[in-house]
Amino acid sequence: MAHGATKEFKVTWGMVIDLDKCTGCGACMTACQVENNIAPMVDASNKMRTLSWMLVFELSNKKSGAEAEVAYLPRPCMQCGNPACVPVCPVVATEKNEEGGIVSQIYPRCIGCRYCMAACPYHARYFNWEDPIFPKGMEKALSPSTSARPRGVVEKCNFCHTRFMEAKDKARQEGGNPEGLADGAYMPACAEICPTGAISFGDVKNKEHKVFDLAQGKDAFRLLEKLGLNPQVYYVSKREWVRKLGDNYAATGKPGAAKKHS
Amino acid sequence: MEEKKQCKGCGGALPFLIGFVAMLVVGWVVFPKVIYSQKTQPVRFSHKIHQEQGMECANCHAFRDDGSYAGLPKNEKCQECHADVVGSDPAEKVYVEQYAQKNKEVPWLVYQYQPDNVFFSHKAHESFECKECHLEVGKMDTPPVYYENRLSGYSKQTMKMWQCERCHAENGVSNACHVCHK
Repeated sequence: MAHGATKEFKVTWGMVIDLDKCTGCGACMTACQVENNIAPMVDASNKMRTLSWMLVFELSNKKSGAEAEVAYLPRPCMQCGNPACVPVCPVVATEKNEEGGIVSQIYPRCIGCRYCMAACPYHARYFNWEDPIFPKGMEKALSPSTSARPRGVVEKCNFCHTRFMEAKDKARQEGGNPEGLADGAYMPACAEICPTGAISFGDVKNKEHKVFDLAQGKDAFRLLEKLGLNPQVYYVSKREWVRKLGDNYAATGKPGAAKKHS
Repeated sequence: MEEKKQCKGCGGALPFLIGFVAMLVVGWVVFPKVIYSQKTQPVRFSHKIHQEQGMECANCHAFRDDGSYAGLPKNEKCQECHADVVGSDPAEKVYVEQYAQKNKEVPWLVYQYQPDNVFFSHKAHESFECKECHLEVGKMDTPPVYYENRLSGYSKQTMKMWQCERCHAENGVSNACHVCHK
């Protein structure tokens, strides 16, 4: 896929995260781990080896005293319109091909070369250094929604894809249109659990979905927009210093460039 | 040197051919039989007799309200008719006495279980007849033998990925990975 060649879909699932509402509580991370059968780490302090499809970062305006401010930034997979990870995969274990524009990851096909991890500027991909070990009894509480991954493969957020499939089945059962789901019919675990409602989810191309307006608001931005990866995750903040950090890729870059929507 | 002389005449085309044919037989006939173990269902359930009573597949194999597929019926459903022995078939007696009355679910063998990473939607395939993918058990008095792959543990009758892909391609449906995988 050449640079800038964004594949168009009728439906584009997108997430809009309001950073002014996010309290950094981490409920999204927990919900994600439960939904996606991520085993508790033996040593979770080793951040090189933890798996966190959804990860909350702390941002600071680097000021002291009364001017000090922090913000929290939840980072799922951006499901880029023009993903950097897909063209580098030598075995087509990851592709952006399905209606809705979610970047897939097929674990049994992955050979663990980790090119995709090197390519992803958002560090949204994780490698299984160990086989998952679930504490006794917990294996009975595993979710049937996500398949288990063995040691040696890469995994990442897929917007709780099985929930998308289930929402389509429900629409079919109720006589609705599975290709045009109503707002809220499909909701990833993180968006569902967020206690402050900071995470909104829907079709960013559908005017009837709440995220359509949110993603085009004047305070909306995306991470590293200048790379041209066209992420499907949008952030909103009224604070300028937060918006500027969204584009803070290199010290020589121009942070906080005027937002562009394609 | 003497040994070489002895071997003269035992090489050549004929022994090779015999060995070749023998290995073909092993590969094509013996191995496929050895790799699968044969199992029978815990209860000799007759789909035929149920269908003759005028029952449809969906009477027992139904969708839930959210569009997911319930698959095989539980005791609760069977007991609507078979709380006690109602017929003369010995298989029914086995079911009622060993399972229903003990409140124990029957460990049915499912011919078409898919691997963990497959998401199959029965709802999306509702327009097809069951028998287009499943064994046509409706006409069978005895459930077919279940062949279990000794290595993978999967049923021999499970639909293979190339079959899914071919049907999708023929019907113009996407073959993107996430359409079927999770």
